[in-house]
Amino acid sequence: MSSNLETADNPKKLERVVINPLTRVEGHGKVTLLQDENLHIKQARLHIVEFRGFEKFIQGRPYWELPVLVQRLCGICPVSHHLAAAKATDMLVGTTQLTPTAEKIRRLMHYGQTLQSHALHFFHLCSPDLLFGFDDDVRHRNIVGVIEDNPDIAKQGVLLRKYGQEVIRLTAGKRIHGTGAIPGGVNKALNREEIDYLQKDIGQIVQWGQDAVELIKRIFFEQLDYHMAFAAIDTNMMSMIGANGEFDIYHGGLRAKDADGGTIFDHVDYTCYSDYIREGVKNWSYMKFPFIEALGAENGWYRVGPLARVNNCDYFSTPLAEQQRKRFMDAGGGRPVQASLAYHWARQIELLYCTEAIRELLLDPDISGTELLNRGELQHCGVGVLEAPRGTLFHHYEIDDDGIVNKANLIVSTTNNNQAMNESIRQVAGMYLDGRQLTEPLLNQIEVAIRAYDPCLSCATHAMGKMPLEIILVNEKEEVIDRLEKRVTGEIQRTFS
Amino acid sequence: MLQHPPNPDLIFTWGNPSRGDDALGPAMYELLQKEDLNGVDLLTDFQLQIEHTIDLEGRKRVLFVDASTSASAPFEFFRLQPEQDASYTTHAMSPQALLSVYRQVNGSNPPPAWLLSIRGYEFGLGLPLSTEANRNLLAAINHIKLLLDPAQPL
Repeated sequence: MSSNLETADNPKKLERVVINPLTRVEGHGKVTLLQDENLHIKQARLHIVEFRGFEKFIQGRPYWELPVLVQRLCGICPVSHHLAAAKATDMLVGTTQLTPTAEKIRRLMHYGQTLQSHALHFFHLCSPDLLFGFDDDVRHRNIVGVIEDNPDIAKQGVLLRKYGQEVIRLTAGKRIHGTGAIPGGVNKALNREEIDYLQKDIGQIVQWGQDAVELIKRIFFEQLDYHMAFAAIDTNMMSMIGANGEFDIYHGGLRAKDADGGTIFDHVDYTCYSDYIREGVKNWSYMKFPFIEALGAENGWYRVGPLARVNNCDYFSTPLAEQQRKRFMDAGGGRPVQASLAYHWARQIELLYCTEAIRELLLDPDISGTELLNRGELQHCGVGVLEAPRGTLFHHYEIDDDGIVNKANLIVSTTNNNQAMNESIRQVAGMYLDGRQLTEPLLNQIEVAIRAYDPCLSCATHAMGKMPLEIILVNEKEEVIDRLEKRVTGEIQRTFS
Repeated sequence: MLQHPPNPDLIFTWGNPSRGDDALGPAMYELLQKEDLNGVDLLTDFQLQIEHTIDLEGRKRVLFVDASTSASAPFEFFRLQPEQDASYTTHAMSPQALLSVYRQVNGSNPPPAWLLSIRGYEFGLGLPLSTEANRNLLAAINHIKLLLDPAQPL
């Protein structure tokens, strides 16, 4: 299944193009393209600086600190790490079943996180590409362009994101570094005032969720052929699934389907993930390449995240999202939808689901219950898995008799999508860049393909003044012969040697 | 309401407490919480994002505090203007970009804002605040105290 553009035959003789780092993608990613003298793309690779040091950061810490500690691994989706670690520590403290209040408060927190993450991606990060087209002037491909042309959309994006943050604040106890989920349960439920506060705006939030799906659907169908073909790759897909096959991003078994929708495995107990998933390595990347063991590294790589989840589930439990899922699946014509840009569509269906699920939970008396904890006997191994906004997230810990972590393994969503992102940029490179002079709009198409996955490449460190985009042409002698720099002001400057 | 009405002044720090000197912002937040600051709200986050425009509403003055890899030690302090820069399109925005989004979304000018950019040196995961950064932090908090002195207008 892998493309033949992963490794060139004679890379030393080729021109190398480096795009570093990627804009609108958090952290430090780098794309290298090797062109021959006839401008043919001979090699395309996405290099991502891995979350190195995660395990070392965690080892030696007491298990009860984990749900709070791991939030500092990533400032983009700290709540996902918080909840995955909490699920793993549930297992460590012998909890086999959370109380209804604990599970529903955690779900509320998770839906709030997914809502705010998806809102940011659609309204802020990807919508400029989709609303204005990929070849639109670069200066317009940003939120200012969105706001100028669609002021209501931009405002909705801000308010949807803020609403999700408020759900997190009230369920986790704080805006950031929340302590809501603890081993075996939660440390607080919601009181009447908090519920009323969230209920006040939820009708509007659901409506905006519906509007968002309708908008992305309209955009998608306006250029259906292009959107279906751009960066499209046939892949396996893996996601969590509810006990009855329903969409579930908090708890369930693992389901994997092949490119035609055939079942590879289903309802797999995620604590046994290592029996099904292997993590491959390649000598040119710090980041691992997970694959389904039964299929091997060459054919077993897969996609996770919204596209996989919406394709894989049998149904949504909420009516509006289910209605949208059916329309989405129709686009696949009986097969899973494989278009990479359909991630954006699937993401908004999930956003709508989250708004509906929040509305339902706010009417559930269990969220103000008093039974918060349920613990058993201490265990030495804990595995917590959930569906983070970007895909399946694995936390696996082992502790000693004193409760100190002596082994940790994390597989984050972006790592799960590593091979798929590489294959997507190879498809784009082969289709749109091959035989042509490299230009900024063409190179942007590479980034559009990557942004579809909404990768999170960083752990929230940041430094002002870093170059957001740099493209370097290097000849076979490793000499820089051309350099294209996009400054923090958005200004483009070209430097020839 | 669950949150009190905004105080006229806002000090907004950001950074990751577990990434070495990136913790300068959160460390400042911790220090300022121990001070008796009247009329000042303190907020902290991992990074700036679009929803923080809402936190700027109703303010008379805003001070942003962050770590910097390039500022002169111990810190740089300057007035901010709304500016569309490339950080608009990342998961983490610059304060100038945030002010620009404020103006675009609200249709009015944002409150006057300044940036206190504290020099940091090491940003690795799990590293503590460096000795030099800690020294810069103390110099920076003294500067904030001066700024908040009613006799010392910004």
